[in-house]
Amino acid sequence: MTENKQGQPSYKKRSTLPEVWRRFKKNRRAVVGLVILVILILVAAFANFLPYDPYKQSPSEALQTSSWSHLMGTDEFGRDILTRVCYGARLSIFIAFLATAFACVTGTILGAIAGYYGKKVETIIMRVMDILLAIPNMLLAIVVAAVLGAGAFNMMLAVAISNVPHYVRLMRSAVLSIQGQEYIEASRSVGATDWYIIKSHIIPNCLAPLIVQVTTRVGAAILICSSLSFIGVGISPPTAEWGAMLSKGKDFLREFPHLTVWPGLAIMITAFALNMLGDGLRDALDPKLKT
Amino acid sequence: MAKYIFKRLLLMIPIMIGVIWLIFSMLYLTPGSPAAYMMGDGASEEAIAELETELGLDQPYLVRFGKFLKDFLLHGDLGISYTTKLPVLDMIKAAYPNTLVLASVSILFSAFVGISIGIISAVRQYSWVDNLSMSVLIVLISMPTFWLGLLLILLFSLRLKWLPSSGLGSMAQLILPTLTISASNIASIARMTRSSMLEVIRSDYIVTARAKGQSEWKIVMHHALRNALLPVIATIGLSFGMLLGGSIVTESIFSISGLGKLLIEAIKARNYPVVQGGVLCIAIVFCFINLIVDLIYAFVDPRVKSQYTK
Repeated sequence: MTENKQGQPSYKKRSTLPEVWRRFKKNRRAVVGLVILVILILVAAFANFLPYDPYKQSPSEALQTSSWSHLMGTDEFGRDILTRVCYGARLSIFIAFLATAFACVTGTILGAIAGYYGKKVETIIMRVMDILLAIPNMLLAIVVAAVLGAGAFNMMLAVAISNVPHYVRLMRSAVLSIQGQEYIEASRSVGATDWYIIKSHIIPNCLAPLIVQVTTRVGAAILICSSLSFIGVGISPPTAEWGAMLSKGKDFLREFPHLTVWPGLAIMITAFALNMLGDGLRDALDPKLKT
Repeated sequence: MAKYIFKRLLLMIPIMIGVIWLIFSMLYLTPGSPAAYMMGDGASEEAIAELETELGLDQPYLVRFGKFLKDFLLHGDLGISYTTKLPVLDMIKAAYPNTLVLASVSILFSAFVGISIGIISAVRQYSWVDNLSMSVLIVLISMPTFWLGLLLILLFSLRLKWLPSSGLGSMAQLILPTLTISASNIASIARMTRSSMLEVIRSDYIVTARAKGQSEWKIVMHHALRNALLPVIATIGLSFGMLLGGSIVTESIFSISGLGKLLIEAIKARNYPVVQGGVLCIAIVFCFINLIVDLIYAFVDPRVKSQYTK
């Protein structure tokens, strides 16, 4: 403790971020998750540098198993599967992040409004969420995707909409628990506007559970997206997307299982990395575990 | 208690009407007429218009919605399937036993395996057993259900030829779909059991039990598990509710004619009455399961119970 110019004691301000990072680094599983995720993102970003075209058909090379020229083999049109899996990473990771971001922003704002204002606004928002929650997540995504029609953007929207209620609930209960605290009252007494209080007090204080929720939800979004494409209401087959590749590949399951194995493995590794990261973040952000 | 149940049941009615309205409106807004879809590409416009009149699709939005709501609330009638011309309710009743069998067997299996793994992991925290099982569980959660199903078919029915890959008539046919569905449920149940057990196991009364010389088995099963079970029950309930909605992907892969397969076929064929009826049934079952979970909560935990009896 030192004394500042006015002669009052001042404390060295300890920021939370380095502290979280320190604990994060110690968590082996979280670091593994992060490393895998970074590699996947790099692969997705530099997919253009691969020697093959993900869409050009070469029937003479169709249905080959692994070899040095085609590490994961080729599909029924002679396209290189490794190339298509890498391009698929681009699409799947992008859509999953976008869907989660959309759901998170919408849900957080709605939840904060519901929790902060209460009364009628809360009743309306929460009843609408009850209706959405009455339909199982996956089914809701399927119905919305079917209604909107196939396509990457529509699929993103379907997954986002089916995820919104979870964020609303999380945010609302977090706001309610903070609401009664004295610093909110103090802020109000010096004339802070509602929006200012929500933006600079309530949201930062709810951030920890939100970050954990987002990380695990991106993993879930990747699984839901691939399922939607697999059953035919998401992205349709010619596109290099993991679920779509699997839905074509399953027709060749008996003779050429590599068409099914590789894209599925890609989905699993991505979701695995995100789940590890989410678990690690939960431990790192939990103040109860601070030592 | 009865008053509480009654209140919850009453609250379900507006939610269900909301669900009907939501699904109805979404299907109404879907571009393209189901009549045109049913007639195929070569159909004349007159023929399509005629079919639309026959199906009542030419009526305005509110009239159609009102009719659906009235038929359902007064007669429990969900309409007639566009394709098979059978009452939707009968189709659902025919498909439901398969879904119910699959959901029940899977949830019992996952609960047993999941809770066992969770207990062992918690008791031996940070041991190799714990580390290994937690890593395997994350892998299970990360696997897409349909991919796991395809891999199981590939291994056990196509390569080893041990088990059948489709239908649901015998015990052997039940094994692969059950394993497929259970994987992610086992993982979530085991993880919940572990973290809940870890919270309980450090309590003072566990130390007391140990001090008085209680056997370790009794401490774990009676003192710790009973108190740790509550959030686990909630997880199991939620999973069961989801499963009762039909495991759409799994049922499609294993060609099981349950609710999920019925629904996905209806969605693809734009068979709106079946979609509406199916989603509504699933929502009702889902809400009931949630209510039952809340009641079990009250039943198991005397602190919660006392809130309701007041």
